[in-house]
Amino acid sequence: MSQHFVPLPDLPPPGNSVGPVAWLRSNLFSGWLNTSLTVVAIYILATTLPPLINWLFISADWVGEGKEACDSGGACWVFVANRWDIFIYGFYPKDQTWRVDLIFAALFVLTAPLFFKQLPGKLYLGGFILFIYPLIAFLLMRGGVFGLEPVETAKWGGFTLTLLLAGVGCIAALPLGVLLALGRQATNMPVVKGMCVLFIEFWRGVPLITVLFMSSVMLPLFLPEGVNFDKLLRALIGITLFQSAYMAEVVRGGLQAIPKGQYEAADALGLGYWRKYGLIVLPQALKIVIPGIVNTFIALFKDTTLVIIVGLLELLGMVKASLGDPAWPDVSREGYVFAAFMFWIFCFAMSRYSQWLERKLHTGHKR
Amino acid sequence: MTIKKITVMTATAVAGMMFMGSAQAGATFDAVKKKGFVQCGVTTGLPGFSAPDEKGNWTGIDVDTCRAVAAAMFGDATKVNFKPLNAKERFTALQSGEIDILSRNTTWTYTRDTSLGLNFAGVNYYDGQGFMVSKKLGVKSALELSGAAICIQAGTTTELNLADYFRANKMEYTAITYDTSEETIKGFEAGRCDVLTSDQSQLYGLRTKLPDPASAVVLPEVISKEPLGPVVRQGDDEWFNLVKWSLFAQLNAEELGVTSKNVDQMLKSADPSIKRLVGGEAGFGKFLGLDDKWAYYIVKQVGNYGEMFERNVGQGSPLQISRGLNALWNKGGIQYAPPVR
Amino acid sequence: MSDTSKDSEQPAKPSRLRDPAFRALIFQILATAAVVAFFIYIVRNTLHNMELRGISTGFDFLDRASGFAILQSLVPYSEASSYGRTFIVGLLNTILVSALGIFFATLIGFLVGVLRLSKNWLVNKLAMIYIELFRNIPLLLQILFWYFAIAFNLPSPRQSLSMGDAFFLNNRGMYLPAPQFGEGFWMTGLAIVAAIVGAILLVRWSRQRFEATGQTFPTLYVSLGLLIGLPLIVFLASGAPLHWELPELKGFNFKGGLTVIPELFALTLALSIYTAAFIAETVRSGIQAVSHGQTEAASALGLSHARTLRLVVIPQAMRVIIPPLTSQYLNLTKNSSLAVAIGYPDLVAVFSGTTLNQTGQAVEIIAITMAVYLSLSLGISLFMNWYNAKMALRER
Repeated sequence: MSQHFVPLPDLPPPGNSVGPVAWLRSNLFSGWLNTSLTVVAIYILATTLPPLINWLFISADWVGEGKEACDSGGACWVFVANRWDIFIYGFYPKDQTWRVDLIFAALFVLTAPLFFKQLPGKLYLGGFILFIYPLIAFLLMRGGVFGLEPVETAKWGGFTLTLLLAGVGCIAALPLGVLLALGRQATNMPVVKGMCVLFIEFWRGVPLITVLFMSSVMLPLFLPEGVNFDKLLRALIGITLFQSAYMAEVVRGGLQAIPKGQYEAADALGLGYWRKYGLIVLPQALKIVIPGIVNTFIALFKDTTLVIIVGLLELLGMVKASLGDPAWPDVSREGYVFAAFMFWIFCFAMSRYSQWLERKLHTGHKR
Repeated sequence: MTIKKITVMTATAVAGMMFMGSAQAGATFDAVKKKGFVQCGVTTGLPGFSAPDEKGNWTGIDVDTCRAVAAAMFGDATKVNFKPLNAKERFTALQSGEIDILSRNTTWTYTRDTSLGLNFAGVNYYDGQGFMVSKKLGVKSALELSGAAICIQAGTTTELNLADYFRANKMEYTAITYDTSEETIKGFEAGRCDVLTSDQSQLYGLRTKLPDPASAVVLPEVISKEPLGPVVRQGDDEWFNLVKWSLFAQLNAEELGVTSKNVDQMLKSADPSIKRLVGGEAGFGKFLGLDDKWAYYIVKQVGNYGEMFERNVGQGSPLQISRGLNALWNKGGIQYAPPVR
Repeated sequence: MSDTSKDSEQPAKPSRLRDPAFRALIFQILATAAVVAFFIYIVRNTLHNMELRGISTGFDFLDRASGFAILQSLVPYSEASSYGRTFIVGLLNTILVSALGIFFATLIGFLVGVLRLSKNWLVNKLAMIYIELFRNIPLLLQILFWYFAIAFNLPSPRQSLSMGDAFFLNNRGMYLPAPQFGEGFWMTGLAIVAAIVGAILLVRWSRQRFEATGQTFPTLYVSLGLLIGLPLIVFLASGAPLHWELPELKGFNFKGGLTVIPELFALTLALSIYTAAFIAETVRSGIQAVSHGQTEAASALGLSHARTLRLVVIPQAMRVIIPPLTSQYLNLTKNSSLAVAIGYPDLVAVFSGTTLNQTGQAVEIIAITMAVYLSLSLGISLFMNWYNAKMALRER
């Protein structure tokens, strides 16, 4: 009988190269530098985290009526709970806040389908959200039509105003930004190109504070006597002009990324300027720059806090105004942490969305 | 100067190219009448002068001054729109036409009256600058404040007076300048500064915002004259007259003993000066371009000066400020209005 | 342009309107006319409004005495100084906080960016948390937080945190000993200058020798020795003409020494922490953009890890990093205008704040302020472009 060669079963890898020990070794304790870094990091976490968690959650007060309910030494979330309505809706009349809720709910319901890949008429839905929905939302906010009680813009505030400023600023800046980017690309029209460059660089070079100040108090000086618009509208004009310059730069990046062959092919087909851009270049360019647009939106979203300088009270403004209440001394940390949390959640979600989009959209151009 | 010349030359050239708009007299008056309400610039919140309550209703002396103008013009004191402004934006807002009256405890000074294109329409509160310190510092007089850190609001006359006072007395100080009065009281409360300086009336108002108002004292020294009053743009005398005489009407009403409670009986008064005031004698309203009963509406809806004072800053308010300089001239104060004649 | 219009007058062309050059010309004329008309309209309205309201114009106000105090000034300033001086003070304060912010933001940003790429899991995640936390919270909020929630909760001057009676920290600021230069200190200063010049010459010489012969020279240690040693020897030889002025509690506050006001502290902290989060991301993606083959080639050549980083990875990564870094620096400079929220006397707070309010000349002052920020932006751009060009030169 011939003997078959039966190999022995593989030995398991040595115990120190698999399992949690190996992971710890290769990830945390490889070499003296890494080990000391780990030790420092653990020390930092151990000294900051427990008191922070204790203050934020464990010994915090969550329910109650006034400052007296906060006696356990932790964060006083009662303050936030008490002011919730003002933080979210500003001075919007209490019995009318359903209108704001409706606007938010509609936005959510409308945008949710955009995340699914297969959906007929996605383009129309997107167009509706960009152009029609803001109008309806505005009418609903302001009232005065369909028998709705009018609410003057001076009463808009809180987080509602934050979203409104950022949303309107971004949507209104998009078409302007596209035009500016096209103008900056127009090499056959040096004068137009020069004006676009000047416009873009001017708005990118000055701080938003001075822009807001100018639009808020000096705009009436530039207009004929007696012409005057609403304070909110003036802030929006300033924000839109400012934002359009940034938008233009993002769009320009997209235009430059389109291969020259696409332009040449459009010319070869005999397409005119607007058709070349409208049908060939812009659809591709805008697709590439969606993540960039989301990023500028995040920047704008954070910058809306500056309207406090011209006396509009968005979320941070409302929090800051509420901190002056003598009935609630010593709640500034709670107020700022709450506002920071709200902004953080939104910005973080959007930046993750933009990264996801980037990965998803990138596939088409990978070689 | 050359830049100015260039500006003027450009302006002439530009004006030549385009047709010129004519300067209109009475533009503000007509515009206000047309839009149906008075746009009034107030503080962002100063108890006793202009502050919103929880429901967003504005109260205070400065607020009532605007209400009186609306009452005179429309017979309805509610036809006012209040725009909160910080000290820095107030003059620009008035110059640019964004507001019709600035009633924001603004001090009447030479430069403001002459170089800003503005007119002060009277004094609704005679004030003076004072100091507030923490009680535990044990300071008794402002002359002991050398070396102190002082919280102050940016862009106010108090900022200038403070500099003058300390220089005149050869004392040193550090000025910590904030944008709003809320921030100054916060800085004071947190101990960023030893002293808070502002108009005395404001100090009493701000002190009520401290968690323990009794922990701070207002020093006796008054280092400046601060006549506070409503301001309008230059170039519309009709409007200027209206604002000026709305305030005078309140003062005259107090002097003549006309109050919001008895004004209806006073309509039938035999006293000729009362009759002229409340509209018992025909033809007096038309000089202002108004109804004859313009002053009646003011007194009926806003009250006379004394009522306005007591309700907002006096005994009827948490501020508890005594009349002092603001008593009528015949009661030991300096509030004095020309007669309605 | 006149040439194009002449060309298009030649009858051979089918239709002028079909000629792209002609259309471009017409469009440009229309656009120019529209913009000029718009500006004329604005200027005319403004002048008319200003005349109607009797607002004074011109720049004469810059010579008038200001009459107000400023919390922090890098140049001599008193209430008797002019409004023009307040402009200088504000501008310098803006530049100071921007420069400090740029310095610390770059430092923290590069550190966190490198840590973000660390193989150490814990450190890597901590760096990620830092980046995601601070770049997603509005800067204004961070400034207010550091100022009102942290700096205001420090003890009062009498209960200051202190270190050896020389350093004090309280809610009025940070107090440090101030150097007082004695008579012979100019010799030490001269020695510092000489050492710097020497070090530069040494680096040049060693590079030339390296390229000619391939021999290396321990430039770093020698030049460090030169930079520290020479001034130290001269300093001691000239009798140590330097003493430190310690801050002392006198009356209400500390007197003497150097003071870092809490406003500057909070603003610098917020600006650098916020911007560092963005710089860290830039650095990370810049380093990741260097292809792996480069590192492998470097190890194949036998370069050590440190030299690989210094000679291969960083020079290439810098080319990717510099353009976005430039825009972060620009953002930081513009963001320093948020100083007004906490009372730090920068250009916007002092000049387009207090000075504007005392003089009422909004148009002139806002125009000056905007011009300053535009020139600052331009200056930083030019400098970074120069640096970028310098880095790019090494490409072969």
